[in-house]
Amino acid sequence: MNIFKYLIVIFFVFSFYTSNAQDKNTHNKITKNLRCLICQGQSVYDSDSEFANSVKILVEKKLNEGLNEKQIYDYLKNKYGEWILYDPEFTKNTYFLWLLPIFFFIIGGAIIFKLFIKRKN
Amino acid sequence: MASSIGLYSLFFGLSSSFLIIFFSIRNFKNLNIFDNKIISLTFLQLLFVIISFIGLILSFVNSDFSNETVYNHSHTTKPLFYKISGTWGNHEGSLLLWLLVLTLFIFIFLITSKQQNKQYRILTLLFQQIIIIGFFIFIIKTSNPFNYIFPVPIEGLGLNPILQDPALAIHPPILYLGYVGSSIIFSSTLAATTLKYISKEWAKHIKQWVLISWIFLTLGILLGSIWAYYELGWGGFWFWDPVENVSLMPWLALTTLLHCILVLEKRLTLTSWVVVLSISTFTLSMSGTFLVRSGILNSVHTFANDPDRGLFILIFLFCLIFLALFIFFFFHKVQVKDLNNFHWLSKETSILINNWFMMYFLTVVLIGTIYPIFLEVISSEKISVGPPFYNKLIIPFLIPFLLAMAIGPKLKWIKSDLQNKLNLILFLVVSILLSAFIVRMLNINFLLNTILVSSAFYLFFVTSVDFLTKKFKNLSQNIAHFGFSLFVLSILFNNIFSTEIITNLKIGETFKTEKFEINFQNIEKNKEQNFVSIIGKFSVENLDGNSTIMEPELRIYNQPNIVTSEADIKTNIFEDKFMTMNIVQNQEYFNIRYQTKPFMIWIWISVLLISFGGLKSLFIKRYEK
Amino acid sequence: MKNKIIPIFLSIFFIIIFFIFYKGLQIPNIYIPKIDVKKSIPIFEAAILENDNQINSEDIFEENKFYLLNIWASWCLPCRDEHSLLINLNNQRDINIIGLNYKDNYENAKKFLKELGSPYKIVLLDKDGTIAIEWGAYGVPETFLIYNKKIIKKIIGPLDKNSMIEITELIK
Repeated sequence: MNIFKYLIVIFFVFSFYTSNAQDKNTHNKITKNLRCLICQGQSVYDSDSEFANSVKILVEKKLNEGLNEKQIYDYLKNKYGEWILYDPEFTKNTYFLWLLPIFFFIIGGAIIFKLFIKRKN
Repeated sequence: MASSIGLYSLFFGLSSSFLIIFFSIRNFKNLNIFDNKIISLTFLQLLFVIISFIGLILSFVNSDFSNETVYNHSHTTKPLFYKISGTWGNHEGSLLLWLLVLTLFIFIFLITSKQQNKQYRILTLLFQQIIIIGFFIFIIKTSNPFNYIFPVPIEGLGLNPILQDPALAIHPPILYLGYVGSSIIFSSTLAATTLKYISKEWAKHIKQWVLISWIFLTLGILLGSIWAYYELGWGGFWFWDPVENVSLMPWLALTTLLHCILVLEKRLTLTSWVVVLSISTFTLSMSGTFLVRSGILNSVHTFANDPDRGLFILIFLFCLIFLALFIFFFFHKVQVKDLNNFHWLSKETSILINNWFMMYFLTVVLIGTIYPIFLEVISSEKISVGPPFYNKLIIPFLIPFLLAMAIGPKLKWIKSDLQNKLNLILFLVVSILLSAFIVRMLNINFLLNTILVSSAFYLFFVTSVDFLTKKFKNLSQNIAHFGFSLFVLSILFNNIFSTEIITNLKIGETFKTEKFEINFQNIEKNKEQNFVSIIGKFSVENLDGNSTIMEPELRIYNQPNIVTSEADIKTNIFEDKFMTMNIVQNQEYFNIRYQTKPFMIWIWISVLLISFGGLKSLFIKRYEK
Repeated sequence: MKNKIIPIFLSIFFIIIFFIFYKGLQIPNIYIPKIDVKKSIPIFEAAILENDNQINSEDIFEENKFYLLNIWASWCLPCRDEHSLLINLNNQRDINIIGLNYKDNYENAKKFLKELGSPYKIVLLDKDGTIAIEWGAYGVPETFLIYNKKIIKKIIGPLDKNSMIEITELIK
């Protein structure tokens, strides 16, 4: 049991340092969410292609102009279509995309509960 | 010459299928004596495929450019090792690898199942032959690795240099042993269902095959990720790319199946579900093959896209699906003996919970991968589904999943009493209180992260304590679950504590941040066998005054004409230092990306541990308390 | 009867899936952004190659005139191939061709035009590629046909005889 308390303290100390990580800025977050359109399956953040580098500069410009994350996504969506975004937005096109897994989860749980679990008499 | 032998061998191999089927059906009705001719013929078929495969390897090694596949994918200046591995690094060759594993596994199945019911063995062979014949025809008709071209070119078109890497060379064979190996599970399940042989004995027999397939699949995926990390230069190892997802889905089904077989082995129940899972695993493998080779999906590492091939696989796949559906509904009767009432606090229930969550994860990956296709067909809208989708839907559910992984193995079959569970509940309460306390100290955004970390730690503590005090009920499961907790923890800490610097530097310049000082010392140019190498020398000094020399490289290949960026990665048990370099267009500057990535090596080690857990289960008897 | 429902349902389900995948095979994989809606041209500022001034796009594009915006770079080989077609077009038709020099070196760009001639009324500089993004382009070369401040046609990749024919039809 003592080992535990020791380990728990270490964990606590670790977690304390996590406050540093909050500085990962919005620019990275946005470029990680954008598809590099001339690459085969890489994000703008990861890619070094001309297009990706230009987009990175553009995102920085727009952030400096004061646009927020959503506005930048909308701006790029307007130019290139929804395909450029890796995080599919919750629109009428994607209701099923987001909701089907959750739906299956609930159904699965219901089936398991009904069929398998013994109810107390 | 080697190519001709290879081609004829293919035809002989296909012919053996018909002989095998003939003798098998003839022997089927004789309940007593097993016709050993069948085993010999199966071996013969395996031999033909091996000869064919060697024929292709030799063609590559000899740079025989009269063979179209060799012409497209090889080059005289390629090092020997990569000429050989180039054999399976292309569409046609990899299909030959499929055949190799299909025929090898059924042969091993036949000679290791001699104590099993004779009709079951024959029927398994027959179902497997359906798959084998399908692949023979697919190869001969649409993907012949032995096409002859004339006039014979002097030089080949070369293999992509990114694929010239040791990890990637062995990744396909290992992956296929798992991926294609699940075909045995498929065939034997169909056979067992038809013969109404689903029983504890069958479960015990098939468990070995599930384990073998699972271990290889785990290692295969690991190798692919290691390759991506070391080779592709973006410092990531998993991108939720369709091809990655396609290997992950059978893995999820296989892991679920593994847990279910445990239940079936001990307490004859969940039989229908086991049958469904077994069929689904291989179906997912086949679907994956379809998605990746037909050109229907857009991805980093698809093979050459060809809709004709896609159509063949699609039809083949759905024939298999309908065959399986027919057999399941026609032959499978849910046994009345099936005990389907589990106490809520029992091992059976915890395995059901595992199934519940794993199937959820599977649906997330499946829907995420396939949905864009459906949407485009139905509404002509094109969307992307990338990492944010998968992360959002999977990560929150990992929390209860990890907790169940910790508690589940400790529960007894049928029913556990609450008394000895007081310790576990105490741990849980402590973990939750700790998280709440920490959350109040940190930013609220971290709620999810800290709860996730604490549930991973919970699993970590429980499994390590069990291991150290020898209180585990099953060592392999203990190791595997411990490995998984380590896996989640390594990824979490890696994400939280990674740092990155991106900047442009000229030779002689230094870039300073609070923690590092990067000095661009010089550049070295070398001419290698098939590329020109430009190595940048950088010294990175951290706060303690320790400096490391990083040497990222740029390679300019001549055949094909591409430039690749080779990251310099310095690995130790605490962190990886990762640096890549790229030329900035038209200037003398170089774009440098320097990352520190803590605990990277633990991600690989933890997956090795998980496979090791499986390996142990294969060899040593379990002592159940 | 109840036992038959599930297999029938599943069969129908899989048949539908089959057809969706079948149709999916026939859809081309390359993504071409929708260009049937006539989008307005972006408003931007850029430096000019010929002198060191800045100009606003509002001053370049006037109503009732056809313009061709051609994105090019000296390091882009297909741009060399299409260059002569642009010069021909400039000589034969009444159309203003605006050049957008993409992520290029100033000297190299000038050399390019000196060597191959210039069909451009004016050449704008896009050093970091962000102006091209404003236009929704993602590489070089790309060409836009403009009328009344709207994009009528977008051509991705180098111009060839067919695209030149299309353009000349449209500007009549």
